[in-house]
Amino acid sequence: MTSAPRDREIAVVAFAQTDHRRTSEELSEVEMLMPVLHEVLDRTGLKTADIDFTCSGSSDYLAGRAFSFTLALDGVGAWPPISESHVEMDGAWALYEAWTKLLTGDADTALVYAYGKSSPGSVRDVLTRQLDPYYMAPLWPDSVALAALQAQALIDAGDTDEPVLAAVASRNREAATANAHAQLRGPVPQGDYLVQPLRTGDCPPIGDGAAAVILAAGDRARDLCARPARIRGIDHRIEAHGLGVRDLTDSPSTRLAAERAGVFERPVDTAELHAPFTAQEIVLRKALRLGDGVVVNPSGGALAANPIMAAGLIRIGEAAARIHHGRSDRALAHATSGPCLQQNLVAVLEGELR
Amino acid sequence: MSAVLKAPLVVEFPFTRSLGPVQSAFLTGLRERVILGVKTRDGRTLVPPVEYDPVTAEEIRDLVHVGLTGTVTTWAWNHRPRRGQPLDTPFAWVLVRLDGADTALLHALDAPGPDAVHTGMRVRVRWAGERTGAITDIACFEPYDGEVSTVTVHAGEIDDPVTGIVAAARLDYTYSPGRAQTAYIHALSGRRTVGERCPSCRKVYVPPRGACPTCGVATSEQVEVGPRGTVTTFCIVNIKAKNLDIEVPYVYAHIALDGADLALHGRIGGIPYDEVRMGLRVEPVWTEGSPYPDHYRPTGEPDADYDTYKELL
Repeated sequence: MTSAPRDREIAVVAFAQTDHRRTSEELSEVEMLMPVLHEVLDRTGLKTADIDFTCSGSSDYLAGRAFSFTLALDGVGAWPPISESHVEMDGAWALYEAWTKLLTGDADTALVYAYGKSSPGSVRDVLTRQLDPYYMAPLWPDSVALAALQAQALIDAGDTDEPVLAAVASRNREAATANAHAQLRGPVPQGDYLVQPLRTGDCPPIGDGAAAVILAAGDRARDLCARPARIRGIDHRIEAHGLGVRDLTDSPSTRLAAERAGVFERPVDTAELHAPFTAQEIVLRKALRLGDGVVVNPSGGALAANPIMAAGLIRIGEAAARIHHGRSDRALAHATSGPCLQQNLVAVLEGELR
Repeated sequence: MSAVLKAPLVVEFPFTRSLGPVQSAFLTGLRERVILGVKTRDGRTLVPPVEYDPVTAEEIRDLVHVGLTGTVTTWAWNHRPRRGQPLDTPFAWVLVRLDGADTALLHALDAPGPDAVHTGMRVRVRWAGERTGAITDIACFEPYDGEVSTVTVHAGEIDDPVTGIVAAARLDYTYSPGRAQTAYIHALSGRRTVGERCPSCRKVYVPPRGACPTCGVATSEQVEVGPRGTVTTFCIVNIKAKNLDIEVPYVYAHIALDGADLALHGRIGGIPYDEVRMGLRVEPVWTEGSPYPDHYRPTGEPDADYDTYKELL
């Protein structure tokens, strides 16, 4: 059962994010994160002591700092001891954990945050360490190379070509002109091949950033937000880790998660897709059956700002913010993890009809 | 605003991993120049082979030989090989479905350029000269237009199977400590210890990390503390640490510098190890060229009253 029971409605009531930048070297992780935590609390008027559950997503491998999430907790104010958890995943999965916690009735409010500093290391190499350690990681296949294998498979299948991919890149970055937080805003040259067939324009910017949302259950949500973004369903699914076992032109895990989250019950008007590489948007649009009437990535998506570990949570936050501001009634948010869309999370958010 | 401090940071570790029976047979096979797949109950042959069916999660153990030749199912041209990758000249990443297999293996293809590579092209294994039982025993693939290869060795009869791999991992970073710690380190270079005060609870943190962990707010007011302080608690170290030139036994202590609300730690010297006690008053001893105190030594003052430091334990 992955649809929220009617008697326990859970909503995203606030969202905040940093400006995403190539480097934040003048700030430690907690210094980068803390303003976002304060901003999201201020939006609701809540204090740390009012939060029943805190959950975060980050990875020590990005910045090469052991137990960095415990230092990040300094920014929360964890004394007296708080109920807290952490996932070594994108913050979208931290939100999933918080959602389940609220479903149990043990908590009415949750703070979910995520942050990532890609600038201290070489993120293409860092991401090789999440691969199968026996057959893949010893070859050091970097994240762009694996995405390029997927892009070529799509080209061979006739699902896309380079001009279509370039159009995906330019449409996302055009949309990002309206997003003050984005790292790449407006036209960016497609550039040379990074790993053919992907050009630099097909790849996400490398950058640092953080994001936070607050979840609230039932009447609490209505108290804290004029138009809460209610989570109608949320689910995540994973595929085999062997790339050669998968059909890289499709995303059955996304489709299944979407089904379980209730995406196909009624059309959505907005979709925030976590597609760091242009070709992945092609795969996701197909798996999610998004028609021309759906506004895709009004924020500019991960091609405009991709703070790793936070970029998926930002998709949920952006979709929720559209509902908060009355620009969407039913929005889909998607987050991904692993190479070539290996693991996918899909959420459906709704606002009360006006 | 001080300039951003930066330092190289290398994180390096040789991961020692044990192998399951299927992985062991596959990697032992590579050492002996044969390639094994594993059959699922529904008749598919998986290469590289895994211990459990990725669809049904069923345990699978039925090993079969597959060809040393195969077909490219997708590829990507790598213009600039990175450290650790199979070839150091430009190459194609490929997924190769070996003859007799139903799934594809990730590896490198040595080809003159992207124009020489296409999906559907035929390739064969090029073995590494020295093989240890690892995926890198396949040096790479190379273009091939000959017959399907046949296998002559029976992998099940190979002695001395590989039971584990050592996977070296190295990542290079440029560490920067952030605003608060940068200020702390800059002050230390002038032999001053500067903490930061929480605007809410007024506690002074040394070293500062930029946030008050109790209140969750930024600290910014800089407060010079010390140089003298009080030993709040300590331990006696009896085992010599690698690469550390200090005679054991010695004392390592928590020291609350005067004016600080958090104890830092340091070595106590200038006093026999068995005379160190809680409440001992100490001061830093700097050595020429060192960015931080070498150790702390007694000041000769009377011991501090327990009540003055009991909150800092």
